[in-house]
Amino acid sequence: MTSIPLLPADRPPDRPSRLVDDFTPRLLLPGEHSFCPGCGEPAVMRAVAELVDELEMTTRSVGVIGIGCYTGFAGALDIEVLQALHGRAPSLATGLKRSRPDTIVFTVQGDGDMVNEGLQEVLHSAARGERITSILLNNGVFGETGGHMTATTVLGQRTKNTLEGRNAPDHGYPIRLSDILAGIDGTAYVARGATNSAGNVSRLRRMLRKAFEVQAAGLGFSFVEVLTMCPTGWFIETEEAPDYLSNSLAEVHTIGVVKDITAA
Amino acid sequence: MNRRLMEGSEAIAEAMVAAGCRFFSGYPMTPFTEVLEHMARLLPTVGGVNMNAESELEAVGMAWGAAAGGTRAATGSVGQGLSLMQESLAELCIARVPLVVINMARGQGDYFQATRGGGHGDYRHIVLAPADIPEAVRLVQLAFHLADVWRNPVTFLGDYYLAHVQEAVDTSRIDFGPVPPKDWALDGSSSGTGHARIVSPIMPAKRGGAERISYAAHLESLGTHVHAMASGVDPLVETGFIDDAELVVAAYGTPARYIRYVVARLRDEGIPVGFVRPITLWPFPAEAVAQAAAGARAVAVYELNTGQMYDDVRLAVRNIPVHFIGGLSFDPSGFGIAPDLGVENLMTKLRRTLDDVRRQSA
Repeated sequence: MTSIPLLPADRPPDRPSRLVDDFTPRLLLPGEHSFCPGCGEPAVMRAVAELVDELEMTTRSVGVIGIGCYTGFAGALDIEVLQALHGRAPSLATGLKRSRPDTIVFTVQGDGDMVNEGLQEVLHSAARGERITSILLNNGVFGETGGHMTATTVLGQRTKNTLEGRNAPDHGYPIRLSDILAGIDGTAYVARGATNSAGNVSRLRRMLRKAFEVQAAGLGFSFVEVLTMCPTGWFIETEEAPDYLSNSLAEVHTIGVVKDITAA
Repeated sequence: MNRRLMEGSEAIAEAMVAAGCRFFSGYPMTPFTEVLEHMARLLPTVGGVNMNAESELEAVGMAWGAAAGGTRAATGSVGQGLSLMQESLAELCIARVPLVVINMARGQGDYFQATRGGGHGDYRHIVLAPADIPEAVRLVQLAFHLADVWRNPVTFLGDYYLAHVQEAVDTSRIDFGPVPPKDWALDGSSSGTGHARIVSPIMPAKRGGAERISYAAHLESLGTHVHAMASGVDPLVETGFIDDAELVVAAYGTPARYIRYVVARLRDEGIPVGFVRPITLWPFPAEAVAQAAAGARAVAVYELNTGQMYDDVRLAVRNIPVHFIGGLSFDPSGFGIAPDLGVENLMTKLRRTLDDVRRQSA
C-alpha cells in the first residue's frame, strides 16, 4: 500500500503547487463554454478528441458538426471543422470524404438534427456505405431550444410541447435509429452507448474507437449513438439525470453493440 | 481548335470537366438531367466523382462538402429543385464556399430566384446567362474561375434550348488567369496545430487563434464582400445596332438569341431597332444597359415571364420609357419551349412596339 505524502503544515511548501497531471485532451482548445451542469455531451466530445489523437488520425481528421448545443465544440476542438446546416451533416461529410478519400471524416449531430430534420440524410449515407463515422448525441429532447419533443423522445417523457408526457395517440412513437441502421446493408458498425456512468463512458470509448477503425479500414458506414443526459431539458435535478437516463431513454434505446461486421 | 458537333448539355459538361470540376452531384430533373448524365459519364474518366443524390437537399450538401475540401465542385437543378436548395445556397454564400450552380431553367419565370435568391440572409451570388452554346462553354468555365476568385457561389443560368440545341463547339480549357490559393480548405492537415481551420457560416474562426474575429465582425466583412463583388465583377453585355436605334430591346438567355436575330432582320428592312443583352445578371450591368439605351426613344424588355428583369432595366434606365413586351409563354410541357418564341411573331411585336413608341413620343 502506497502512502500519500502529507505536506508539512508548519511552514510554506518549498515549491509552488502545480497540477500533477493535466487531463485536458490535446485536441481541445480550453476556454469558456455554454454547456449546462450535468450535460452528457462534453464526455462524448472528449472521447472523440482523445481517440483521434490516440489513433494518430489528427492531421487527416475533419469533423462535420450539426446545429445544437454541441455546435459550441466546432470552435473548441483543435480539429478541422466543417459546419453543416441543421440535419445536413451526412451529405457534407459524403462530399468531403468522396473528394478526399484519405481524410477521416466524422459527423456530430443531435437527435433533433439527425432523427428529426435530417433523417433521410443519415439513412441514405448508411445505405451508400459512406466511409464516415456518424455520431448521434441522443438526449431525447431539443436541448438548445429549451426542452421540446424530438423523434426519439420516449413515451411518457415530459417536454415543453408534451406537457403531460409524450403519448402515442397524439405524438407517435420514438424512432430507434440504431436499430433501423443495423438493418441497412451499407453499415459496418452500429452501436449505442451512454455517458451516464464511468463504466458506460469507458464502453462508449471502445465503441467510438471501433467506429473510427472501421472507417480507417474502409469497411463501410460506422455509427455510434450516445445517450446523453440533459437535466435542463428534462426538467430534473442535475444529480438525478444519470438514473433518469437509465430508467427512461435507455429502456427504449437499448445500450449495446447492434451490428459489427468485423465480429467473428 | 477542336470543334465537335454536340448537344448543349454535353458541351456544358465537357467544359466543366475542362475547367477542372472534379465533383458533381445532382438529382434528375429535365433539362438539368442531361447535364447530370454527361457528368456521370465523364467524371470517372478523369478521377472525379459524380454523386446521384437522393434529393436536391443532399445534392447541394454533397457539393458543399467537396467544395469545402478545396475541390472544384458543382451541383444544379431547375428552378423547382433549386427552391429546395435555397437554404444551403444562402449559407454557402455566408460560409464563403466557392460552388458552381448549374441552373437549367424552365422558361424565365425564375429570374428573381436566380438573381435575388430565395434563401434567408443578406447574400448575393454571381449569375451568368449565356445565349448560345459556344458562350455557355466559355461562361461555365468562367463560373469556376469567378467562384474561386470571389470565394462565393456562382450560378450558371441555362435553359431547355441550351441543353438540347446542337452546335459545333470547342470545349477545351480556357485560361482566365490565376486564382487565390485555397489555404482555407479542409483536409485535416491543420488539425492539432492549435489553429485548426474551420469552414462555417456562423463561426469564422476557432477560439484562441490570433485570427479570431467576432460574429459581428464576420457579418460586417460579408457586407464588404457583397459590395466588393457588386463593383468588382466585370459586367458583361452584348449590344447590337444601338448607335442609331430608336428602340433598344433588352433580353437575356435564349430569348435574347431570338431578339438578336430578329433585330438583324428588321435592320435589313431599314427599321431602326437595336438590342442589349445582359450576360452577368448579378451584378446587373446597369451602366452598360443605360449606355446602350442612351440614344433611343425607349427600351423594350422581352422575357418569358410577367416582367422580372424588367425591374432591373427600369432601375438602370431612368430618362426614357421602359416597356415590357414579354409574357408567359409556356407550351404544355412547361419547359419554356414557347409559341411566343417565333421569328415572325417577334418581328411583328418589335415593329408594333416601335410604332407605339414613335406615336407616344411624337
